[in-house]
Amino acid sequence: MPDSVVSCLVVLLPLLAALIAGLFGKVIGQRNTHVCANLAIGISCFLSLLIVKRLFFDGHPTLNFKLYTWAASGSLSFQIGFLIDHLSALMMLVVTAVSWMVHIYTIGYMQGDPGYQRFFSYISLFTFGMLMLVMSNNFLQLFFGWEMVGLMSYLLIGFWFQKESAVFANLKAFIVNRVGDFGFVLGIAGVLYYFGTLDYFAVFSGIEQTLANEETTFFSTEAITFICFCLFVGAMGKSAQVPLHVWLPDSMEGPTPISALIHAATMVTAGVFMMARLSPLFECSDFVLNVILVIGTITCLLMGLVGIVQNDIKRIIAYSTLSQLGYMMTAMGVSAYPIGIFHLTTHAFFKALLFLCAGSVILALHHEQDIWKMGNLKKYMPVTYLTMLIGSLALIGFPLFSGFYSKDLIIEAVKLSNLPAAPFAYWVVLGSVFVTALYTFRLFFVVFHTKERMHGSGEHLRESPLVISIPLVLLALPSVILGICLTDLIFQDFFKEAIVIHPQHSSFAILREEFKGVFAMTLQGLTSLTFGLSLAGILTAWLVFVKCPTLANFFSNKLHFLYRILKNKFGFDAFNQWVFASGTRAIGWLCWQLGDQWLIDGVGVNGTARTVSRLSRLLRQIQTGYLYHYAFAMILGFLFLLVWLMLTD
Amino acid sequence: MIALSDYLIVSAILFGLGVAGIFINRKNVIILLMCIELILLSVSTNFVAFSRFLDDIMGQVFVFFILTVAAAEAAIGLAILVVLFRKKKNIDVEEMDLLKG
Amino acid sequence: MTIQQGIFYIFSFLTVLSASMVILSKNSVRALLFLVLTFVSMAGLWMLLESEFLSITLVLVYVGAVMVLFLFVVMMLDVELASVHEGFTRYLPLGFCIAVLIVVGLVYAVGPKNFGLESVPIPAPHPVDFSNIERLGIILYTRFIYPFELAGVLLLSAIISAISLTFRQRRENNKAPDPHSQVKALKEERLRLVKMETRK
Repeated sequence: MPDSVVSCLVVLLPLLAALIAGLFGKVIGQRNTHVCANLAIGISCFLSLLIVKRLFFDGHPTLNFKLYTWAASGSLSFQIGFLIDHLSALMMLVVTAVSWMVHIYTIGYMQGDPGYQRFFSYISLFTFGMLMLVMSNNFLQLFFGWEMVGLMSYLLIGFWFQKESAVFANLKAFIVNRVGDFGFVLGIAGVLYYFGTLDYFAVFSGIEQTLANEETTFFSTEAITFICFCLFVGAMGKSAQVPLHVWLPDSMEGPTPISALIHAATMVTAGVFMMARLSPLFECSDFVLNVILVIGTITCLLMGLVGIVQNDIKRIIAYSTLSQLGYMMTAMGVSAYPIGIFHLTTHAFFKALLFLCAGSVILALHHEQDIWKMGNLKKYMPVTYLTMLIGSLALIGFPLFSGFYSKDLIIEAVKLSNLPAAPFAYWVVLGSVFVTALYTFRLFFVVFHTKERMHGSGEHLRESPLVISIPLVLLALPSVILGICLTDLIFQDFFKEAIVIHPQHSSFAILREEFKGVFAMTLQGLTSLTFGLSLAGILTAWLVFVKCPTLANFFSNKLHFLYRILKNKFGFDAFNQWVFASGTRAIGWLCWQLGDQWLIDGVGVNGTARTVSRLSRLLRQIQTGYLYHYAFAMILGFLFLLVWLMLTD
Repeated sequence: MIALSDYLIVSAILFGLGVAGIFINRKNVIILLMCIELILLSVSTNFVAFSRFLDDIMGQVFVFFILTVAAAEAAIGLAILVVLFRKKKNIDVEEMDLLKG
Repeated sequence: MTIQQGIFYIFSFLTVLSASMVILSKNSVRALLFLVLTFVSMAGLWMLLESEFLSITLVLVYVGAVMVLFLFVVMMLDVELASVHEGFTRYLPLGFCIAVLIVVGLVYAVGPKNFGLESVPIPAPHPVDFSNIERLGIILYTRFIYPFELAGVLLLSAIISAISLTFRQRRENNKAPDPHSQVKALKEERLRLVKMETRK
């Protein structure tokens, strides 16, 4: 099969599965639904693997083809087309692989849920949307995928729509994403305005042309800065960067497979992917890169800190997701796009793993999510325990685990960057390394070690069924080996021409020069500052939460003020609630009272009616009903006309 | 010799009388209808006079149609009057104020 | 004074006089008769204007049919004569003033200044064998054929509407439902509830 047909199949199979599950799910039954969906995603995953093999190892050329003309208006035409290069091929593999694991996992997790078929339909449709996003060859299709995954996220967060908190959370996610998407649409509109086209390649070649033209340089630099900033606002919404991050922790109201697939592994990384894809654009604006760097590092540290005081197992992982997204953004900020995508890839696997482990725990404890009602689970759930340990080690960047390579490289890249904000960013990311280790192992120790705090005895606890543990194992494998496998490749011009880095942003180039192979890097990692910080984090977690649990209370009492700030998540939620939500309500109230009640109803509608009524009460005095009065009026009019005619004659 | 203005003056007087009749008469609807006939007659006379003095047959055609319409109007007016009388037992103009606002 | 002038003044005087009597007379039958006189004298004036056909039509059709219809209605309606002229004198001055104003204004407008002999000379009289009817007929049946037909339809609809307005008897043996009696029907008249012993 040619590459184009394969890539079309990759996209269309999930759509087909979604349609079958959504429209005929009730007819064909639960069993057939999940067989069908898993089969489609599985084939899709293997086909993605085929594409990756062809592109990376058989040296097939980059594929850019148009499938269908969506709309044409004047000289503009909007197309549905696919761009299969090294970047999108890798993303396709990540998306389909994680999605497949989640599909399998869902069979066990959603067992007996009344919305079983609906759930499969949604996640298949989500996969379709995400693939459309990553494989797109133009901005409009990117936006289509962007909105599609946003919609699916909304639907899936509110999957249990009888739960009030779920409905609140999905509305919040949707509205906060609206803010980001507004920026994104503005950015796309800017691209259309300045470049006159939405096709990636046409835009990228347009950048060189406009920048080469001396007279327009200043103007177009400003324009590109504006466009990049708007696009970044979109990425802030989707990839949950401060201050638009507030929706992500709340999105944990959805079922756990969703948290793994959408809100950890794939959708939230869409912003990061978009920036890597548009690297030729972002490279032109140092200002925006600095902004990205600052926002990314701030997200990285602040969200990690909040993660330390959370008690909900899923929320802790959610905050760690936020923090890791911050890392990726940081990588984007210092122009180390390949490393950012590398981290995205490793993170997708180990974070999905962590979430699925959490789901496994939650399922075993009958939907108990408070970590203080768990403990010593390693005795009952050995597979989950082991996979969770692997995930945690990968997350904190322990050498040999995948997270180590990607994260260490990001920190190195920040260190080597020559952007003005880089020194600040470096210390912040170093701090967050410690924080990451702390909250990760706090979670790990409290859940799997220490004494049992479950309700009743733990005797009935047992390991989750195979459909749940198999994906755990399958995800644990890449979480371990992916770093070792990919690190070499990353530095061997992995993404070819898909990513553009200007020579003045030299951190990635320097890294490549200094890179001496995976094992050298691993050995070096064992002696580096970051490894020390990670160990310190683990040690602190062990000391505070396992060795002498009284320390935790001691700290929270001593540092009460700090603790409260963290508990309140730096007040973002309260601020939004007070300023935006209440403000909007107040404006709405004002508009209702002034605009609707007073102006439209009072003056406009009722006022008109009242005025007409008053006037007609006056006028009806004239209407006597007597013929001769009317005749008299006519005669007077006639006389007036006569006199007027004679006078003007 | 009789000038055009002479005919026109006669018809003007007739018109004035018709209008005054509508105004003076407060009791009988039939008189109102008669006054309308007077006014129509005065207008027709104008047409005929102009037709003669301008030597244009069109004026007479108009009068022909005016007579037709006037006949129809009289017939329907009287029919309405009859129905009205049946209903109210009188045709007093002063009591017909159903259009009063 | 030519003979035409004599005729003109006689008829004009007659017209104005009878028209004033129409609006001033107390009795509506008398008013109607004066109206007939007005029409007849006006027909004389029209004859003087050489529009013989219309003049005769006015007398034959208008006076003969329409005025008789008026007369018929006046006779049929039993109007109390006494009350007919109540308040008559109260409005007479005002009505008179208005009439005078209108007449003055109109006479000023159409008077000798604008339409005198100087501005509109008298056309030559038609020859003896000239036929007004023929001329009118030709134009009515050619150029004005459609309006002419329409006038016929108008008259027909006037006949129908006059009849339908005044017709009031229901025909005998009418099979159409009578809404009035339907609405008036009560349950008690139509329905009888009977208590019956159930057979064991």
